[in-house]
Amino acid sequence: FSDDPVTDDFWDELEESLILGDVGVDTTEELITELKRIMVERRITKRGELKAEFAGLLVSRLEAVPKMGAPLDLSAKPSVIIMIGVNGSGKTTTSGKLASQLKGEGKRVIMAAADTFRAAAIEQLKAWGGRAGVRVVAQAPESDPAAVVYDSIMAAKASGADVIIADTAGRLHTKSNLMEELSKIARVIKREIPEGPAEVLIVLDAVTGQNGFIQAETFAKAMPVTGVVLTKFDNTSKGGIVIAIADRLKMPIRYVGLGEGVDDLQLFEPKTFVETLLDVRDAE
Amino acid sequence: MFDSLKERFENIFANLRGKGKLTEEDINIALREVRRALLEADVNFKVVKDVVEAIRTRATGRQVVESVTPSQLIFTIVYEELVRIMGDAPVPLAVSPKPPTVYMMVGLQGSGKTTTSVKIARRMLKGHKPLVVACDLRRPAAVDQLRVLAEKAGVPFFGPEPGERDAVAVAKKSRAFAESRLCDLIILDTAGRLQLDDELMCELEEMKSASEPTEILLVVDSMTGQEAVNVADAFNKRLGLTGVVLTKLDGDARGGPALAVRAAAGVPIKLAGCGEKTEDLELFDARRMAQRIIGM
Ligand SMILES: Nc1nc2c(ncn2[C@@H]2O[C@H](COP(=O)(O)OP(=O)(O)OP(=O)(O)O)[C@@H](O)[C@H]2O)c(=O)[nH]1
Ligand SMILES: Nc1nc2c(ncn2[C@@H]2O[C@H](COP(=O)(O)OP(=O)(O)OP(=O)(O)O)[C@@H](O)[C@H]2O)c(=O)[nH]1
Ligand SMILES: [K+]
Ligand SMILES: [Mg+2]
Ligand SMILES: [Mg+2]
Repeated sequence: FSDDPVTDDFWDELEESLILGDVGVDTTEELITELKRIMVERRITKRGELKAEFAGLLVSRLEAVPKMGAPLDLSAKPSVIIMIGVNGSGKTTTSGKLASQLKGEGKRVIMAAADTFRAAAIEQLKAWGGRAGVRVVAQAPESDPAAVVYDSIMAAKASGADVIIADTAGRLHTKSNLMEELSKIARVIKREIPEGPAEVLIVLDAVTGQNGFIQAETFAKAMPVTGVVLTKFDNTSKGGIVIAIADRLKMPIRYVGLGEGVDDLQLFEPKTFVETLLDVRDAE
Repeated sequence: MFDSLKERFENIFANLRGKGKLTEEDINIALREVRRALLEADVNFKVVKDVVEAIRTRATGRQVVESVTPSQLIFTIVYEELVRIMGDAPVPLAVSPKPPTVYMMVGLQGSGKTTTSVKIARRMLKGHKPLVVACDLRRPAAVDQLRVLAEKAGVPFFGPEPGERDAVAVAKKSRAFAESRLCDLIILDTAGRLQLDDELMCELEEMKSASEPTEILLVVDSMTGQEAVNVADAFNKRLGLTGVVLTKLDGDARGGPALAVRAAAGVPIKLAGCGEKTEDLELFDARRMAQRIIGM
């Protein structure tokens, strides 16, 4: 109970809940060391107080990263948003949700079907375009993704659209030829829009373990990542790897995906995230 | 971050070389590194505890303590324990003595069910006439995805009529279609779902009783973290799994879920997906997986 004194059990439970939440061993140990320091410094003796202190510590770590939970910066016209990430993480679905949301805010949105590789990826994005009431620029399967993005920029300029959302093919960060394809897309955008893409969002499944860190680190080398979307957060998984991503890579988490419906996308809230993470044991 | 266990061991034991016998403390230090490495490989926290205890029991034996190469010996013990947990020999997919054989593919969203359905069909082309069936009526273009993949792989396909909303009905109808085309193997691709989605889990239960599958295969992304245990446990409790397919092993995920899933559901990992193409499927190899987890 919250008035109980802090015992060894407290630390064991905390460690367990963080590791089960995919925070990772290194980050867990570092956070626990920091909390022990705070406990001594502030002479905290009660579990409840210490737990609250820890939640505060996590929230302030997350909030220390610029643009954490911040809405997209779409001041440029047109603003290009690129969705990148490993296979199956939720890029196409998130593109559709975002398109619908931005359209609801009165923006004129175009989607670019730059996944020309995966079977029926273009149809999938078109279905989302239909749901969101947004035009989808596409070419035939197997065509050059950079050319599709180029087309979408031309279409946006011609029609005065505000935002382009480019859905790219899933790729494992270990495949250098596929990572080079992303760099090429970035170059094509820069040629047409000197400031480059407005937002590059890496889409990360909340169920991902320690590999998520390497994904974020490696994708950022191919494209200037401006944030993370944490999808499938409607499951019991906690997505704890984003703490290391935020803390060490200074990458903000911008959105969370909370389902498969068109409205299931929300801005990331550090406080809600931390509360969910620290409830691991209570949920069992 | 993420040094291999071998590198860590070399560091620890370099300091001990020439010191004579190992002390209990030396073994503790080594085991702490084993624990770290397994956790970094996404082996489940609780599974790690059990594995480390099993290794401790063997590592405190006289043979290790008095060995001149304790690092090598402990390393071997770790390796052997991991292989033991994951199951020594590959277990092939079952084939029903009374055709048709039916495989049902289940799992979380995006884990690789649709791709793996066609991969398995393609693999079974030798000796069988497989049919893949689109029972995902929820995800946009999921039916198209399966159809396109099947066409490319030269595998017969069965899908819903336009407007059909009942996945169980499609599974049922596929049987007659399979019969008419002389297909003896039916592979049901289902929609991705969260293990806690009761309504969708019920749908799978109904599909199971309607189509009496020979295998119910859980498709698990090898990049999954600690949650893999809960996923495997929940799907197993609801459906009674017969096997697991681990996907996306062509990346650099260490593959801890292989241990976790095996420990949670007690069913063998049968196949490994190692690429996006429909030929990228291998038999699961516990030895290679153990080497990968500890970074050999
Ligand atoms: N429950 C849940 N499912 C989601 C969420 N986001 C995406 N999905 C599902 O995850 C699966 C994969 O989503 P996609 O949008 O196709 O993922 P992708 O990254 O585009 O996949 P590839 O293009 O194949 O790499 C689909 O079944 C989606 O419906 C979410 O926030 N919650
Ligand atoms: N690199 C790699 N990609 C894979 C592998 N297996 C599947 N994929 C990719 O992972 C993504 C998701 O695969 P799907 O087969 O659509 O997964 P699913 O489980 O059917 O997804 P939902 O139906 O949305 O739940 C696609 O981009 C596939 O190409 C694999 O072994 N390696
Ligand atoms: K969650
Ligand atoms: Mg996609
Ligand atoms: Mg599918």
